[in-house]
Amino acid sequence: MSEKSPVNWEALEAKPEFRALLAQKKAFIIPAFVFCMLYYLALPVLVGYFPEMMKTKVWGEVNVAYVFALSQFIMAWVLAFLYVRIAAKWDKAAAAVIHGHD
Amino acid sequence: MNTPLIMFLAFVGLTLLITFWAAKKNTGASAYFAAGRSITGWQNGLAVAGDYMSAASFLGISGMIYVAGYDGFMYSVGFLVAYITVLLIVAEPLRNAGKYTMADLLAYRLKPRPVRALASLSTLVVSTFYMIAQMVGAGAIIKQLIGVSFEPAVIGVGVLMLVYVVFGGMLATTWVQIIKALLLMVGAVMLSYLVLKFHHFSFTEFFNSVAHADYGGSAPPKNLMEPGLQFGVAVAGPWGPIDLISLCLGLVLGTAGLPHILVRFYTVPDAKTARSSVVWAMAIIGLFYIMTTLFGFGAATIIEKAQLTTDGKLDVNMVAPILAKVLGGEFFFAFISAVAFATILAVVAGLTMSASASFAHDFYSNVLHHGKENRPGQEIRVARITAFCVGAASIGFAIYLGPTVNAAFLVGLAFSVAASANLPVIVLSVFWKRFNTTGAVAGLSVGLVVSIVLILLSPSGIFGKEGAPFPLKNPGIVSIPIGFLAAWLGTIFSARDPEGEAKFAELKVRAHTGLGSEKATSH
Repeated sequence: MSEKSPVNWEALEAKPEFRALLAQKKAFIIPAFVFCMLYYLALPVLVGYFPEMMKTKVWGEVNVAYVFALSQFIMAWVLAFLYVRIAAKWDKAAAAVIHGHD
Repeated sequence: MNTPLIMFLAFVGLTLLITFWAAKKNTGASAYFAAGRSITGWQNGLAVAGDYMSAASFLGISGMIYVAGYDGFMYSVGFLVAYITVLLIVAEPLRNAGKYTMADLLAYRLKPRPVRALASLSTLVVSTFYMIAQMVGAGAIIKQLIGVSFEPAVIGVGVLMLVYVVFGGMLATTWVQIIKALLLMVGAVMLSYLVLKFHHFSFTEFFNSVAHADYGGSAPPKNLMEPGLQFGVAVAGPWGPIDLISLCLGLVLGTAGLPHILVRFYTVPDAKTARSSVVWAMAIIGLFYIMTTLFGFGAATIIEKAQLTTDGKLDVNMVAPILAKVLGGEFFFAFISAVAFATILAVVAGLTMSASASFAHDFYSNVLHHGKENRPGQEIRVARITAFCVGAASIGFAIYLGPTVNAAFLVGLAFSVAASANLPVIVLSVFWKRFNTTGAVAGLSVGLVVSIVLILLSPSGIFGKEGAPFPLKNPGIVSIPIGFLAAWLGTIFSARDPEGEAKFAELKVRAHTGLGSEKATSH
């Protein structure tokens, strides 16, 4: 903990720059997380309740179920990549907010 | 000569050297509990992977895919997607606002004593159950692999893990996990390569064989590519699909509430590194779990069930090692066996570390002694004693329960408690201003109790498969909403906490900017 000078947390929290940062984070994180959950939970729902559709073959013996499961890995990696890219911008904004306090 | 034994001993020797080196660097609490916060992004990513990919996932998932095909692969998918929850929701706020344990984040603006006491209890429950499952698995596997009988094998694993944790702390634990992750990846790549080689490097031939998997010609062919062999209505009854959805919910939300995973983010210098370590972990964990389809499915095309049967019982945990033996010979069998051994050790060391840190830091220092250390170094001393007790208790339980105990039951319980008790209060304390101590206490205790009760009443619980009053093996779909609901109801039906809400501004600034966060100490 930095004990050198008492930080005025309320003032920092009220800064328009900080509010803007939070708004930007929300605007990415909430839709991204909701999308991830829906896309992921679609897998057990489809596999559980529409097995015949999921058994449809798309390439040789490879079926929709397997392709959809593999696509979950791609989905997670792409989301992580997008998150890291946008979070690098937030790092700069966060540094600007606390400039002079750290 | 017993090659697996020699490889085990080589791994043990290497890790003991690391422990010796780490013990010399352990000067102070931050060094002991958080490896001086000096672990880099890729190192922590490997360590997270090493902490996470347990014997249950390496040996257990290969076995499940071998038997149930596609449905076994469902675990693999969930284990990776879960890291989106970790990445987007918990890793960075936790690193910014906490110190050593999950409870640090909760205690920030809530009344520390009740919250820490319960968070510590839930950490101990999750870690101990998870650990007993690992120990039981360890005993059974080591018995199979090098012929040491169950009890000495469990005691050996327990003692080694205690040496890492008690003497080497988080730094030694981290490096044991890193080495294990590397060994596991090498093993998985080699197994996958040999499976593809067996099928003449043709994916067409590979998937063809999986769709007509005949267990090395010993069984009528069945299509393992098709879903439904474990959770389908035809096999598991009308509750099967709901059980699968419930399992998926528990996996995807439980990981972000597993204390031994969360504490790993305290070992890096800042939130940015915590973020990059999740990405490293996702790359490794994802590749590994995709490979489980190669060697899990592959095994079903190559290995006869008779090769996995000892004393008339099919031991699916032996799929990966036996596949190694069939495709790569004795030496490769020894290597994969040593990898399995390293896997168990790294995971139990991580579990012991998080359990003992939570007891010492949350319960002993903050609940009993109001956050004041009477003598310097006391917290570490208590943690070492706790590690010893937790280790001894797990050894005792594992031996008492014996090799036949249902490990899936114990792991399911750990994930359920993590998702239903820990995650709701973590999320609400970071994102909901009105959230208060009563809400946290309600969320933690109700989540914990409901998880335990539902699992006891489930088909893997005390009433057995037939008489179980609760139809689902995985309680997540019921227990997670109840955990959130309890935290919410506890909050709105209790008095507002103006002091805590005033501190929410501070928590928000800390969590989102990293101002005033714990700095790296040693280099």
